[in-house]
Amino acid sequence: MIQETKVLTRHENVSGMEEVENYIRDGGYEGLKKALTMLPQEIVEEVKKSFLRGRGGAGFPTGYKWSFLPKEKTKPHYLICNADEGEPGTFKDRVIMEHDPLLLIEGMTISGYAIQSELGVIYIRGEFKWIAEKLECAIDNARRANLLGKNIMGKGFDFDIVVMRGAGAYICGEETALIESIEGKRGQPRVKPPFPAGVGLYDCPTIINNVETLACIPIILQNDADAFKRMGSFQSAGTKLYGISGHVNKPGLYEYPFGTNLKYLIMQAAGGIRNGKKLKAVIPGGLSSPILKADEINLDMDFDSCVKANTMLGSGGIIVIDEDTPIPEVALTTVNFFVHESCGQCIPCREGLSKIQQILTALLDGKGQNGSIETMLKITQSVNGSTLCPMGDAAAMAIQSMITKFREEFDTLLK
Amino acid sequence: MSASPSPYLTQESEYNLSEDVVTKITEMAASFPEKNSALIPALHLIQDQFGWVPPPTIKQLAQLLKTTPNKIYGVLTFYTMFNLKPVGKYHIQICRNVSCSLLGAKHIIDYLTKKLHIQVGETTADGKFTLTLVECLGACGMAPVMMINDKYYENLDEKKVDQILKTLK
Repeated sequence: MIQETKVLTRHENVSGMEEVENYIRDGGYEGLKKALTMLPQEIVEEVKKSFLRGRGGAGFPTGYKWSFLPKEKTKPHYLICNADEGEPGTFKDRVIMEHDPLLLIEGMTISGYAIQSELGVIYIRGEFKWIAEKLECAIDNARRANLLGKNIMGKGFDFDIVVMRGAGAYICGEETALIESIEGKRGQPRVKPPFPAGVGLYDCPTIINNVETLACIPIILQNDADAFKRMGSFQSAGTKLYGISGHVNKPGLYEYPFGTNLKYLIMQAAGGIRNGKKLKAVIPGGLSSPILKADEINLDMDFDSCVKANTMLGSGGIIVIDEDTPIPEVALTTVNFFVHESCGQCIPCREGLSKIQQILTALLDGKGQNGSIETMLKITQSVNGSTLCPMGDAAAMAIQSMITKFREEFDTLLK
Repeated sequence: MSASPSPYLTQESEYNLSEDVVTKITEMAASFPEKNSALIPALHLIQDQFGWVPPPTIKQLAQLLKTTPNKIYGVLTFYTMFNLKPVGKYHIQICRNVSCSLLGAKHIIDYLTKKLHIQVGETTADGKFTLTLVECLGACGMAPVMMINDKYYENLDEKKVDQILKTLK
């Protein structure tokens, strides 16, 4: 039996954590207190040492991302918290923000100090209005307690946070589309390089980290990098929030040591498959991650193990599918989503995905033609790798994996 | 055949931004290093005032943020949360993505269209309800999910939908 390790969600069932006194009484702000006695570079080193990797999906080591900022500060540095949480299957950041907003705010303040920034922006998905309001309330409380604003804790460090709500565009979870959106533009990803650490928000050096990543920073600082590394697996340290949805008995958010086995999460933590049904498939890391068959779920849920299994840990949003569900229908829902959310900039993504949508719709309507499955696969191959942002690849790989792994279900539609 | 005039060029004085909204937009603009960052927050505020973003308000907003109506129009039409025409008093938005579909979103959608006697995308004759399908709302563990105005309703079934609609006067 693997124990659930509640670190980031330890206040999930506690109310009033937006009040500074309550948060401090439970050990809050010890991380910032310690951080402000250190040099910014020492914090970057500690975070590097902790093996903390970005929780938004890419898994890039956070400390190394921070160290890509210019060595000489000639322009303002900005810190952006990516709270756009739009990846289907994902509902984790909202729990941190709703139940422990000051943990995120403390994490951002420490990170702001480490990267020498004076302004942080929390970009939260527009639908989470009540959560944005809670964050604003917590920010006001922190300001009143001199934990944000000028001369924080009397240590001469100035840092403030603004909350901005998006407006329903999935693509704004992509770093550079998010920056465009904060600048008041359409959320269309930029050409990279330059990367945001060099040229980001308002053309200034910018660091963008996910909510869950930033919430780990106070935990690392309170103790130390080694304590953080002891939770989790070799290359993926700390705990991970796994959101389990679909055909399980107990859907919900679970926090376990990084690298917990997928089969355990589904069959034990989430109580197994509903109504005594058999498992057919699992989408392990949000809809962008390639699907797994029932016999492929003996898998450690960390970044590297997932890559080895030809899928992605992504956001840790696990979607569980039972034996009664036709995969071609799941594939159509998937492609409908990506067509709807394509920003329209790159032709392979915009046109290629809508072509797949047309073919698959026809196939499910009983109007499939010989060769239409091959055509869909060919299109996924040409979309993959030919777009400015990872959305094209994600959509292509997700659909490709559904077709190849459940080919017989697609073939049946042609008969 | 002549092109019909864009509805975004009409001017109606009943769509004046309230003083409160103008103040909030001005404050928002000041809290960012660049004014234009207040654009999306401002569109939310306008939608809060009118229930949608009426075309005449775009010109007023352009003046406040020192930008052009065209640029605002380009942004406004990119983001799906902004209503380009009036919606009912209660805007029901149901998730149709994978996790919700697995747990019966389609059934809930069908149930609502029958109950309200409208199709997806339509508004009831009394102007009370508009039904829209949306992509993932980030509540997959509580599927199926819908949003009515600013509020989430989770773990839906027919009975729960009935109860919710009853509370909406």
